[in-house]
Amino acid sequence: MEHVSGFSLPNSGHNRDAEASKMGMWLFLFTEILLFGGLFIVYMVYRSLNPEAFLMASFELNVWMGTTNTVVLLVSSMTIAMSITAIQKGNRKLSIQLMVLTLVAAVIFMVIKYFEWSAKIEHGLFPGQAVYDNLPPGESLFFFLYFFMTGLHVFHIIIGSIVIGFAIHRTAKGRTTKEKYTLTENAGLLWHLVDLIWIYLFPLFYLIH
Amino acid sequence: MTSKAMSLSYLQGKNGIFSWIFSLDHKRIALLYLYSILTFFIAGATLGVLMRLELLNPGRDIMEAQTYNQVFTMHGVIMIFLFIIPSIPAIFGNFFLPIMLGTDDVSFPRLNLLSWWIYIIGAIMALSTLLWGDGPADTGWTFYAPYSVKTGTNVTMAVLAAFVLGFATILTGLNFIVTIHRLRTPGMTFLKMPLFAWALYATSWIQLLATPIIGITLLMITAERVFGVGLFDPSIGGDPILYQHLFWIYSHPAVYIMALPAFGIISEILPTFANRTIFGYKAIAFSSLAIAFVGYFVWGHHMFTAGMSGTARVIFSVMTFLVAIPTSVKVFNWVATLYKGSINVQPPLLYALAFIFQFMIGGLTGVVLGALAADIHLHDTHFVVGHFHYVMFGGTGFALFGALHYWYPKMWGRMYNKLVANIAFVFLFVGFNMLYFPMLVLGLMGMPRRYYDYLPEFHVPNMISTYGSWILATGLLLMFGNLIAGAWRKREPIGRNYWKTGITLEWQTLSPPPVSNFDRMPVLPKNGPYDYDNKPEIEE
Repeated sequence: MEHVSGFSLPNSGHNRDAEASKMGMWLFLFTEILLFGGLFIVYMVYRSLNPEAFLMASFELNVWMGTTNTVVLLVSSMTIAMSITAIQKGNRKLSIQLMVLTLVAAVIFMVIKYFEWSAKIEHGLFPGQAVYDNLPPGESLFFFLYFFMTGLHVFHIIIGSIVIGFAIHRTAKGRTTKEKYTLTENAGLLWHLVDLIWIYLFPLFYLIH
Repeated sequence: MTSKAMSLSYLQGKNGIFSWIFSLDHKRIALLYLYSILTFFIAGATLGVLMRLELLNPGRDIMEAQTYNQVFTMHGVIMIFLFIIPSIPAIFGNFFLPIMLGTDDVSFPRLNLLSWWIYIIGAIMALSTLLWGDGPADTGWTFYAPYSVKTGTNVTMAVLAAFVLGFATILTGLNFIVTIHRLRTPGMTFLKMPLFAWALYATSWIQLLATPIIGITLLMITAERVFGVGLFDPSIGGDPILYQHLFWIYSHPAVYIMALPAFGIISEILPTFANRTIFGYKAIAFSSLAIAFVGYFVWGHHMFTAGMSGTARVIFSVMTFLVAIPTSVKVFNWVATLYKGSINVQPPLLYALAFIFQFMIGGLTGVVLGALAADIHLHDTHFVVGHFHYVMFGGTGFALFGALHYWYPKMWGRMYNKLVANIAFVFLFVGFNMLYFPMLVLGLMGMPRRYYDYLPEFHVPNMISTYGSWILATGLLLMFGNLIAGAWRKREPIGRNYWKTGITLEWQTLSPPPVSNFDRMPVLPKNGPYDYDNKPEIEE
């Protein structure tokens, strides 16, 4: 049985396969879109059932804060895309700096979000608070969906930031290189998705009149 | 010495509990899944037997109405989320997909292990509802609003458990899709893949694209319970029909998550025991994809009586009928495979034949339910229960048992007692049909489902059904006992190809397979995976 010893398959599942990792990431992103898709359906149904109430409630939101956050996220998408290009060209230091910038943008986003939410909570608009409980049903649904959808989005911002944190760590350790940058690329893909979802959330809650 | 070390099977080598629960080997993970899933199956089946016992006579037999509600909910939650959704993909998909593709593992071994851990966490969450508060949920496994929002039982935890279990499903599906795309052995094109791999491919796409919807819906139920917002409760402005839509957008495709892998198993068992190529390879492969696709657009047939426009109902009804076409394409091809084959009657084949018979009854009663007029009469009766169990238990369950008997010598390198296996099969077949066929009759007579009591005129069929449940339970005990006893039987040399006529790649390697699956390069038959005319000669 000499042929037994040392035999290994060429197509091993333990080989490094950047293509497979990226494909896995894309499939995961599909599931994310469907996760939010369910919420968009709920939003659509209740908006069409309560158009007036949704309109009234949307005036409560601060368009300026929303716009600022949109700009912040768009910039962060640009910086993460640039950091992938940087690592492709072999510039590890620049890649790390750009990823750190992305994280800074994420923090700015969350700080603004914090002020937005606390303003609503001060006005008693969080589910369970006095003002909220006396709102007409349509308006309370609007605020509930606002908290639920932006909350889930912020949760994704946090997850995305952690993944980027790992990518920075790997790059700093020198394990992400010009030839092997799958993690940075996947972090970028995830980050773009988070951005993309916000691009839909922003007009749905802040802009449609 | 070294050559001996290299041919160690995946069961040998590392020992101890940690070498199993933290193993990255897809075969060990498959066995982890096997043991945990079958444990839950036995728990769910016990609850089922108790329900039948309660329905033996009109009035109270062994439990109160509220207990009965909780028992059928627990039975549903365990059987759906812990048993049948993961069952075939997580056990046999994990074990045999990489081997059938001629590779040594799935694309993401770590993710594979993670999915088992998530499954266990979800299972613990689901079972924990037994222990505290007002006990397990009493809503039925569908968690219909507004009752699920109002009941005091532990719905929140049950719902979160289902949410967590969804992640395990998604990760397995994702892993399989990437594995099929990236790790097929050189020369194996998509159209040279075994049909089990095709079935898993279609299943994985449904797992991936349907599960997130139930995830978010269940989160909304939780939020509604915690914050008291009127998402689905009509008394505070919500829409309960919307919940039903969201629930069935996932849960109808989910029944194809349960059924498609079973089709794959049957497509493997039949050629082996007919000793000839499968009839209509491409038709079977593509009909899986067709079922997966059409299956997305039929969810409304669960809600014909819930309030929907006439147009919507007609569309959903027609789409439902369409599912019957690819399904019967499969059945005709399976039967045609047997035609002029040299048939070798063995336990796995018996299960496959029972599958075809029972699945046909399940499928045809499904068409009856998909017809608008008939559904008005049959909705929420025992006919639905009978139909569902004919498809899921008579179909998927029997396919799972068939797979256990088919791959048993490959997985453990041992053999069970065939005579006992055949006797157990007879018990299962007779018991199953005796248990569920009366339900179809009861449904036509008008007996509603989910009631712990019934009118005296339903007594006789209910008695027959309960007697059937005892025969079925005996069959299960015999079957599992026989399979477990195989571990103590004297080892006989099993050989690579125990059935002699197995042609897919798993029959070219050792039984049980070595850690890296193959001890030499697998050889593909010339014209497709079931090319019995050019079956490669494999030396022991």
